[in-house]
Amino acid sequence: MRVVVGQGSCGIATGAKKTAAEFEKLIAERNLEGIEVSLTGCVGTCYLEPIVDVYDDHGQMTRYTKVLPDKVSEIIENHLINGKVFGDLAITDQDTSFIDKQMRIVLRNCGTINPEIIDEYIATGGYEATKKVVTSMTQEEVIEEIKESGLRGRGGAGFPTWFKWDAARKSPETPKYMVCNADEGDPGAFMDRSVLEGDPHSLIEGMIIGGYAMGASEGVIYVRAEYPLAIHRLEKAMDQARERGFLGKNLFGTNFSFDLRIKAGAGAFVCGEETALIASLEGERGMPRLKPPFPAQKGYWQKPTNINNVETFANVAWIILNGGKAFGAMGTKLSKGTKVFALAGKIKKGGLIEVPMGLPLRDVIYGIGDGIKNDKAFKAVQMGGPSGGCIPAELIDTPVDYENINKTGAIVGSGGMIVMDEDTCMVDMARYFLDFTRKESCGKCTYCRVGTKRMLEILERITIGEGKDGDIELLQELAYKIKDGSMCGLGQTAPNPVLTTIKYFRNEYEDHIYNKKCTARACKELLTYTINDHCTGCTLCARKCPVNAITGELKGQHVIDQALCIKCGKCEEVCRFGAVDRV
Amino acid sequence: MTERPDSTVQNFDELAEVLEKYGKVPGSLITILQKTQDIYGYLSLDAINYIALKTGIKPAKIYGVATFYTQFRLKPIGKNLIMLCQGTACHVNGSKIIEEAITEHLSIQDGETTEDGLFTLNNVACLGCCSLAPVMMVKNSDGDETYGNLTKDTVRKALDEIRERG
Repeated sequence: MRVVVGQGSCGIATGAKKTAAEFEKLIAERNLEGIEVSLTGCVGTCYLEPIVDVYDDHGQMTRYTKVLPDKVSEIIENHLINGKVFGDLAITDQDTSFIDKQMRIVLRNCGTINPEIIDEYIATGGYEATKKVVTSMTQEEVIEEIKESGLRGRGGAGFPTWFKWDAARKSPETPKYMVCNADEGDPGAFMDRSVLEGDPHSLIEGMIIGGYAMGASEGVIYVRAEYPLAIHRLEKAMDQARERGFLGKNLFGTNFSFDLRIKAGAGAFVCGEETALIASLEGERGMPRLKPPFPAQKGYWQKPTNINNVETFANVAWIILNGGKAFGAMGTKLSKGTKVFALAGKIKKGGLIEVPMGLPLRDVIYGIGDGIKNDKAFKAVQMGGPSGGCIPAELIDTPVDYENINKTGAIVGSGGMIVMDEDTCMVDMARYFLDFTRKESCGKCTYCRVGTKRMLEILERITIGEGKDGDIELLQELAYKIKDGSMCGLGQTAPNPVLTTIKYFRNEYEDHIYNKKCTARACKELLTYTINDHCTGCTLCARKCPVNAITGELKGQHVIDQALCIKCGKCEEVCRFGAVDRV
Repeated sequence: MTERPDSTVQNFDELAEVLEKYGKVPGSLITILQKTQDIYGYLSLDAINYIALKTGIKPAKIYGVATFYTQFRLKPIGKNLIMLCQGTACHVNGSKIIEEAITEHLSIQDGETTEDGLFTLNNVACLGCCSLAPVMMVKNSDGDETYGNLTKDTVRKALDEIRERG
């Protein structure tokens, strides 16, 4: 029997390590023999962590959810000793459907294999694609297969992968470098981390195959330093691959040699841009430069370089084994295959999901995510992070693919999907993203450096009730100037969150500016707190108010002096009778 | 940059080992700074000057790289580093309210350290535990612990518990 505890970063955050330790301790204490405790990466159902899978000797799996350490003894007693499924924690059919409704290629091994044991990866057909490529295919044939698959870069821009590989292949200079961008900087996206933690070999294999196709014998993985577990598992995987001869000199007895190393990024969103990433790899400030020359001609150390992100690479081995045609059969005409999304925000079932391109947003949010937390009204979904935009509720039937999402003004991006409900203020969201891009602007282009700051100032003014007539037009003008006047993707897309919220939620901007009102009741300065007749006169709020703005007799109706109120919300927080209204 | 001695860090033996390994490898400045911060907890002016001296890279350039990336700190931090996630999912789920609770409870703002040296508060872009939003991670010499689904009450309680442990 085998007990597998999901230990991706989110699992560990909910206490999976303690759960695993408790299993080991109790199994040892009771001298239970023939039970192995193992680990796996993130299965994607983050809302059910910690997750424990029990496999019987026939390979039959029972999944338990929310297994905190104090529940471990019951699973051991019921299942491991008496062979009965412990119903209280066993996953429900409804939760199983969260996974069953997906189509998992990138995440094919996440949450099933132990990422720290290469044999488990090999048992799923791992490194067969590498063998096939280096022993029986030409560079052109590999690129042709990828071309047929229609795979496009999963990092944000959606550029055809084969085209980049081919450009690097045709570049005459040597040596050439294969680089993986694992510097997942979009706040709200964590699919790359999940692959790194849950299935690092699929990335390694993708890089070897890509390296072969373009003629590189050295690869670098640029990982966020904030992902220590990912770095640890990746290092382990690389060591094991080297031991088996999958990395190093003369792979599978051929002339092709390829090896990898890790470079830890130091936290800069702009390093998602290729040329900035290269500068950072060289130990410089991560600032972009003009293109051309493209990295395929002059990249890392001025040599031909190809950069793809983690998710793109994780598709490659599957495509080689199953054929480009099989991959291209999924998705839509122009956006083929599947895409991983990080579903979060005001959603009932948040997590990591992988679906075929072209699935309508509704099927993702309601079909898989089960709708909005506390059954509130769905307002919008933010896609593409700071470079993307907000898609409003009326466009919920938009198919999720590059073309259709671009039409809304948002982008597919790296796949962050943040769901918002009626309590989310769209002006505040725009302010939030502008604050992010202003901080992350590298400062090279004036429009991006100063323009984002000016836009942020206007948005801040609007959210505190000091918006003026003409602010919306000024924001739009600045937005287009920043797009035109910036050299790299960061500046060119930074205004998108503002433009899309103005496009779809202009009434909210107008409410803030002209009526000094925030309908989502999120902008503090625009709120008014009042006490209704549920007040019992307990005096608690009056005692807790930091500015003594509340008066009233014991057992009598209390009143807030609006001139004194600083809108801290303390009264609402402490009131036990629901007597404080926030409007 | 002045040659002012820094009383907290004077022994650079460990750093010398790092420079031995990476000092001559082109493009290693970020790696060197990361290792330096791992050793001393932050990048002191003295450490920057020492790296400059040993590698031949100008101190101004090192300073430029150190201030460009959010990972690097030029000031020492408290015993417990609170990394409060300000990612999109956390923002939507009220991370600002959590920040208010922390700043009120510990009387420090983002980037500051408490007078007793127990806590430093840092807002960070995204910890990647979006389904647990709002989230904070507390890092100290014992490792790190993540606290999810925070409310004003649970965050205060967590901080008090950490303080009791000392």
